[in-house]
Amino acid sequence: MTPTPVDPSRDPAHPRESALITITLDGREVIGRSGQTVAGMMLAAGIQQWRRTSVDAAPRGVFCGIGVCFDCLVTINGLRDVRACLRRARDGDVVVAQHDRLPATPVQHPDPS
Amino acid sequence: MSRLTADVIVVGAGIVGAACARSLAATGARVVVVDRGPAAGGTSSAGEGNLLVSDKGPGPELDLALHAAQAWERTAAELDDELGPAFPSVEYEPKGGLVVTSSAAGGAALLTFAETQRAAGVRTVPVDGDGAREYEPQLSPEITTGVFYSQDAQVQPVNATEALLASARRRGATVLTHRAVTGALTSKGSIVGVLTTQDRISAPVVLNCAGPWAGAVAASLGVQLPVRPRRGMVLVTTRMPHLIFHKVYDGDYVAATQSADTSLQTSSVVECTAGGTVLIGSSREQIGFDDRLRIAVLAELAAKALRLFPFLADASVMRAYGGYRPYMPDHLPVIGADPRLPGLFHATGHEGAGIGLSVSTADLITALVTGTTPPLDPAPFALTRTSLHTEQVA
Repeated sequence: MTPTPVDPSRDPAHPRESALITITLDGREVIGRSGQTVAGMMLAAGIQQWRRTSVDAAPRGVFCGIGVCFDCLVTINGLRDVRACLRRARDGDVVVAQHDRLPATPVQHPDPS
Repeated sequence: MSRLTADVIVVGAGIVGAACARSLAATGARVVVVDRGPAAGGTSSAGEGNLLVSDKGPGPELDLALHAAQAWERTAAELDDELGPAFPSVEYEPKGGLVVTSSAAGGAALLTFAETQRAAGVRTVPVDGDGAREYEPQLSPEITTGVFYSQDAQVQPVNATEALLASARRRGATVLTHRAVTGALTSKGSIVGVLTTQDRISAPVVLNCAGPWAGAVAASLGVQLPVRPRRGMVLVTTRMPHLIFHKVYDGDYVAATQSADTSLQTSSVVECTAGGTVLIGSSREQIGFDDRLRIAVLAELAAKALRLFPFLADASVMRAYGGYRPYMPDHLPVIGADPRLPGLFHATGHEGAGIGLSVSTADLITALVTGTTPPLDPAPFALTRTSLHTEQVA
């Protein structure tokens, strides 16, 4: 399997010509074709990681690719927690990578001990 | 069929078996752990990793839990230190628990219960609704009373089980997975080993740590043990910004844990993991080993969680999981020798508290097996206790 789109002229599914669309990931322009998912566009552009984990800030991208693992979550046009692998991209989508940091300081609480 | 000789055979590579194996191996005993599946493949991977004192009233189980609270702090540090950074951390987190209620009657009952716990050595901080919301700002405005328990903690239970087993191996233990115990080797009325689907293992001590399946293991060895499965389910949300800081649960959870009712019971237990998912429990059902997904149970869990945290109404649920807790009819674990078959010991029946109680169970079992002085009175956990009807263990 490859994240690179198949040449339409050689694709046995005979896809119709689809329009070029542009989205941004953290301000960076990503160009793809109408019909691709957000994750599909990012993978095709060579971007394999975007989300960061809370505990170690480890990189995450597509793990399952079928909407089950929730590893690929992004914020799209202000809406958080969108699965990039399921969301079909629309021209002009503003995609922002998520990094929910652990609470910066431990929550202070009274304790008699 | 391979032949092995050991000093102790531990049946069950869940957290109780793992903790006992580590503790026994530390005395120099040659320990062999056997499990019909993988390590941490049953109850130990089907819960939330709770180490709670807050849900236990004064009595032997609370004594075990208070002992465990200290033992876990030490054990977690030992394991992380001993196994090094390359081994997954047990993720010991002394995050504390907050028990809350929204009714006047519930509040009075909760405060009375907490007072009895305080007298038994539990650290408690009673608070009103606003005080509860200082701990948990997202808590419902309906909450009127709470008690904070700083000794409540958690571990990642699969990591903890694997770490205990790894530590046991470093002390010479052998862990054999994917072979079921099929029968006992006996001599002159005592057990002297077990047969598995692959091995013949000789040992003068056999320890049954098979959790909800301990009854079946006991039966294969020729004795009855009245341990039954009690099913529980947990809902998991997608990751979100961390807005819940402690283990938060509804005051009626305590009543649910002590109930003998066989029908469905649910009670809110909500917490946020370090990864950002929110775990929503808890349910209890006695439906045997029935693992079908039960939507009605999940719906009830979700609805009750909103009573504590209204903001969860917008949360997406990512998955649900469930498992079986080993349930004893008198709600106390069985920890000790089986007088009907000398050489056989049991350590099971911890219900939903086994992750927490595993380390104190290991301390008790090790003392009983090696004949040293136990750190706690083992009598309340004996198979011969009066609260277990004699016909159940005959």
